[in-house]
Amino acid sequence: MTKAVPFWKDERKLAVIFQAILLAVVLVVLLFLGYMASTNMADRNLKFSFGFLSEPADFQIYEGYTVAKEQGRWILRLYHPSDQVWQAMVTGFLNTLRVSFLGIVLTTILGVLVGVGRLSSNWLVNRFSFAYVELIRNTPLLVQMVFWYLAVFLLLPPLRTAPRFHGLIVSNKGVLIPWLVPDAAWANFAPYFYGGLGLWILLWAVRSFWKPPRWLYWVAPVALWGLGLILVGSLPLEWSVPRVQGFRVEGGMQLSPEFSSVLLALVLYTASYIAEIVRGAIQSLPKGQWEAPASLGLSYAQTLRLIILPQAMRIVIPPLGNQYLNLTKNSSLAIAIAFPEIMSVYETTVNQAGHSIEGILIVMAAYLSLSLFISALINWYNVKVALVGVAR
Amino acid sequence: MRALSWMKENLFNGWFNSLLTLITAWLIFVVTRGVLVWAFTEARWSVVPDNMRLLMAGSYPPDLVWRLWMIAAIILFTGGLQYAAQARGGAPWWLWAGALALFAVSYPVVFPATRFFLLITLLALPVGVTVGLNVPRRFVNWMTVVVVLVVFSMLWGQTARIGGFTLTLLLTALASVFAFPLGLLLALGRTGKWPVFRTLSILYIELIRGVPLITVLFLSYYMVPLFLPASWEVPTLFSIVVGFSMFAAAYLAEYVRGGIQGVHKGQYEAAWALGLSGSQSARYIILPQAIRSVIPALIGQLIAIFKDTSLIYILSLFDLLFMALTVARNPKYLGTEREVLLFVAFVYFVGAALMSYASRRLERAMGLGTR
Repeated sequence: MTKAVPFWKDERKLAVIFQAILLAVVLVVLLFLGYMASTNMADRNLKFSFGFLSEPADFQIYEGYTVAKEQGRWILRLYHPSDQVWQAMVTGFLNTLRVSFLGIVLTTILGVLVGVGRLSSNWLVNRFSFAYVELIRNTPLLVQMVFWYLAVFLLLPPLRTAPRFHGLIVSNKGVLIPWLVPDAAWANFAPYFYGGLGLWILLWAVRSFWKPPRWLYWVAPVALWGLGLILVGSLPLEWSVPRVQGFRVEGGMQLSPEFSSVLLALVLYTASYIAEIVRGAIQSLPKGQWEAPASLGLSYAQTLRLIILPQAMRIVIPPLGNQYLNLTKNSSLAIAIAFPEIMSVYETTVNQAGHSIEGILIVMAAYLSLSLFISALINWYNVKVALVGVAR
Repeated sequence: MRALSWMKENLFNGWFNSLLTLITAWLIFVVTRGVLVWAFTEARWSVVPDNMRLLMAGSYPPDLVWRLWMIAAIILFTGGLQYAAQARGGAPWWLWAGALALFAVSYPVVFPATRFFLLITLLALPVGVTVGLNVPRRFVNWMTVVVVLVVFSMLWGQTARIGGFTLTLLLTALASVFAFPLGLLLALGRTGKWPVFRTLSILYIELIRGVPLITVLFLSYYMVPLFLPASWEVPTLFSIVVGFSMFAAAYLAEYVRGGIQGVHKGQYEAAWALGLSGSQSARYIILPQAIRSVIPALIGQLIAIFKDTSLIYILSLFDLLFMALTVARNPKYLGTEREVLLFVAFVYFVGAALMSYASRRLERAMGLGTR
């Protein structure tokens, strides 16, 4: 007669028992914590509710847009203190998006430059890139950000005496740059502009059914824009140079000291990590990839552009995506210098109306969805690049 | 002549490189000149030594500062022990020299009473390394656990008064020690074959990695006191340590998972063939190899925690950055933000550079990449 295996020696049964216990423990702990939190909150007269979101915000945010319903339509407009709390949060979120997007573009350029510089045969460039990477990576981002704000941008000369360079003004009121801005004719031109973009996306979307010739991708939208220009009859953009009027500035692109510090710190910090990623990817390519173009007579720049970087690109994408995520999440440190991104707006809201826990949950949800969106984008691009490499 | 040909080969081979050299040289010249002129004519460096106690210990009562010195010495000593036990390398000469040089430099500016403790603390690291080389590894590990418990119990109830760099160090030590076991557990859960455990681990790791550290810190800052009985009067530092450990654990788990997945399949099969149970093979076969291969990444995470401790400034805890900016707001030292912030950056730089040096040494001592 065979003896049955006792349950404490049967791995399959043990697994079920262990997991049941684990699940029970997690549930009990969560329930207990929830119970403690609810009683403690009741004791302190705190109420868990999201009702505060539709109360008037009553605080100023010095830069940024929000969404609002005006005359039955949802529009994007400047934030105003009489808006509701959720609209203030939207302003913060849009500011987060703005600084992250610009930061990602700029840090990629700088990071690739420094990464290539780390491998340069030019001794000075090589050492300079090395020093840059080591110095930036070994100090906290927050310290750098506070440094740029308090010790650089706020100590710049005031508007009256700030140095000017062809309309560019660098002062303690921010960086003022001459820029193309939409003028009165923009409203008439906008349908053509977005129509052109839409046409481009449409062409791109149908390419699996009908492959348009390459030139059509840019000729079609440009033709539509040209048509729009002729029909509207005047230029929709004008070259705007910042003008100082007393303590105010009008025209041009105005970057506040807060925005400039956050952007500069994020770009410099993330670029030092991207540089190391790019360097690692280039070094991981087999030596033959350098020797073959050399024997074909390609120059160093040509080798880099045509042979090395396209291959390194494929290795680089997943860790690069991680750095983009980090940059986006690190933009939350802007709370320390009061650039009104979502974390700062959250803090102001808590100071005004309380509801710290509900607020932080909303902020976390916002960052989580942003992170998921960026990683989905990176994954999609990664698959695309990998497929091209495998299929051809 | 040698110098000239070296320059020709490394700086001026081709018009493009020459141009690059000139631009870089000009950039370096402008920046260096600006910094040097400022540092030697305008900067008021006296703000740093004048406020050294505030920067290093915050508003801790001066007559009790010796406790902090002892804690710092104990933590450094244990760090040295661990380094020696893992890397099997002694203290390099410059560690001794650096400690003595730092002592010599700060001798005139510190109070006579603190000189003794300063010397002990500075020497704790090289002495720890030397001692660690000569005691069994198991002893070192147990000692680390005991030290952490002793330090934590010494501090319970009076954490509110600790500040400055001491707080930074303390937070780094506590967060790494608590994050490690949690991270290990999560990594095992994620790589294991139990679906419930795996799902919970994945959920936890991905949720935490999707949000910024500062939001986790805010959440724990507000929530931890609510989770515990109101009469406990939870120190803020405790809430912060919980948040830090929870955050760091998710990242540690991913590194350890990388290590576990890098262990060859034959190792699992061999353990199975020898009749080891799941937990035994994890304990004796898989984890030792997995952790060995990810030591550099783990130290990288330690450096990240060290740098991230500056975030508690946002929660108005009196860390190094907070104290520095407080000092610069003192009417006597108004307008010295540059000086104090550069000092803060320097302190962080030295700490992080030391740790990454240890990491490179460990890598070599363990023969990573060579065997």
